[in-house]
Amino acid sequence: MRTLAVGERALLVELDSGEETEAFHAELLRRRAAGALPAVTEIVPAARTVLLDGVEEPGRLAALVSGWEVEPLHARVEPAVEIPVRYDGPDLPDVAALWGVTPEEVARIHSAAGFRVAFCGFAPGFGYLTGLPAAYEVPRRATPRTAVPVGSVAMAGPYTGVYPRASPGGWQLIGTTDAVLWDPAREPAALLSPGTRVRFVPQGVECR
Amino acid sequence: MTDRAFAVVRAGALTTVQDRGRFGHAHLGVPRSGALDPYASGLVNRLVGNPVDAAVLETTVNGCAVRPRRAVTVAVGGAPCRVTVDGRPVAWGAAVRVPAGAVLEVGAAVRGLRSYVAFAGGVAAEPVLGSRSTDLLSGLGPAPLTDGAVLPLGPEPSRRAPACDTVPWPGPPGELVLHVRLGPRDDWFTRSALRTFATRAYRVSPASNRIGLRTEGPPLERGVAGELPSEGMVLGAVQVPPDGRPVVFLADHPTTGGYPVVAVVRERDLAAAAQAVPGTPVRFIPIR
Repeated sequence: MRTLAVGERALLVELDSGEETEAFHAELLRRRAAGALPAVTEIVPAARTVLLDGVEEPGRLAALVSGWEVEPLHARVEPAVEIPVRYDGPDLPDVAALWGVTPEEVARIHSAAGFRVAFCGFAPGFGYLTGLPAAYEVPRRATPRTAVPVGSVAMAGPYTGVYPRASPGGWQLIGTTDAVLWDPAREPAALLSPGTRVRFVPQGVECR
Repeated sequence: MTDRAFAVVRAGALTTVQDRGRFGHAHLGVPRSGALDPYASGLVNRLVGNPVDAAVLETTVNGCAVRPRRAVTVAVGGAPCRVTVDGRPVAWGAAVRVPAGAVLEVGAAVRGLRSYVAFAGGVAAEPVLGSRSTDLLSGLGPAPLTDGAVLPLGPEPSRRAPACDTVPWPGPPGELVLHVRLGPRDDWFTRSALRTFATRAYRVSPASNRIGLRTEGPPLERGVAGELPSEGMVLGAVQVPPDGRPVVFLADHPTTGGYPVVAVVRERDLAAAAQAVPGTPVRFIPIR
């Protein structure tokens, strides 16, 4: 673990792996819930870091967290959020070719994996989901699309994500869902938040 | 809708509703948003007797015009501009009574970029996640004003407006001096790049917006190749994209980003960044 000062009121904690980052984030939330964390406005987990923003004394907090015994990540008891997917994305054949399998196999492999929201960002309600073995990583598209439709299920690097609204994007589109990822009128507004477990439930495979 | 409302007569280039912003949702990808010049928005609120965090209008470059349905006390501040009620000049930077049905015209900024319009009672647009701010990055909150739109106002505050009738305002910067604290990713840059950053002059780019203040000037060369895994971003972060020109993150900035942050601007220097017109010289001054 390494701590880096970010301006006058924030602290970036850098970990060695995605798993350690998730475990540290879970530890932070546990300690905050127990009232054992100094006031922090934002806790933003990411790929290898957790940002603590809106901190009165970042130096003291750095010293505090450096001394923590972080509990290893254990499977959560609450059930996974199920997201129905039609595997019909325009990049499904490309992903199948990268994996050296048929499109039907992509759907089978993808929907068999247990995912977890490592972190959110890019747009409200967009989660970066990890869970596929490293062998299934795919590159971003060489040319990003100017408009990716809402509900697109997409992959890039080690991550799967679902576009909460139409936006530009460079990820490989493998499917579509009707699940509502983001609704500010709903409580909670985001279907997925850091730590949420996710399963994709196949509703069919179709090559476009 | 009640008659505690105003109609938009002229929306202007970009006029948004802003309060102090949305906090506590960055982990879901929700930007903080809020008035870019919080001193100016706080001052106009004080002039009409509002709490400093009431929602106001933030204009860009060429002001706006509105027609309240009922008489209301307003104050216009931030970037200095001509202010009229039904064509007659009234004071800028002071509380002004606008009669029912009269047109309040907020003229183009004479200096600076963004003027702020406070209404007694505040703009009562529907809050989203605890804030009425328009967020241009992710589209949360009320839409930017359009001609003919009608926005509600809150009840007039029972508190009397303050005895002072004008408030001091620092004025837009001739030179934008941004004090920075280096890091967290200054070690991704060469020593010569850090020297360039701390000593050379930059200029405010016309491509700047509520998301970021873009700069033109000598590019900063990286000492570390490769990609930085996405990490959380703070207000005032000076991010360096592949072209090497520093971008200072303002209120609508993305909550995570994948380009290294060379330094972070002191928060109290950012209000001036909101008023710096394109071409304004920018200096970054590292502090300990």
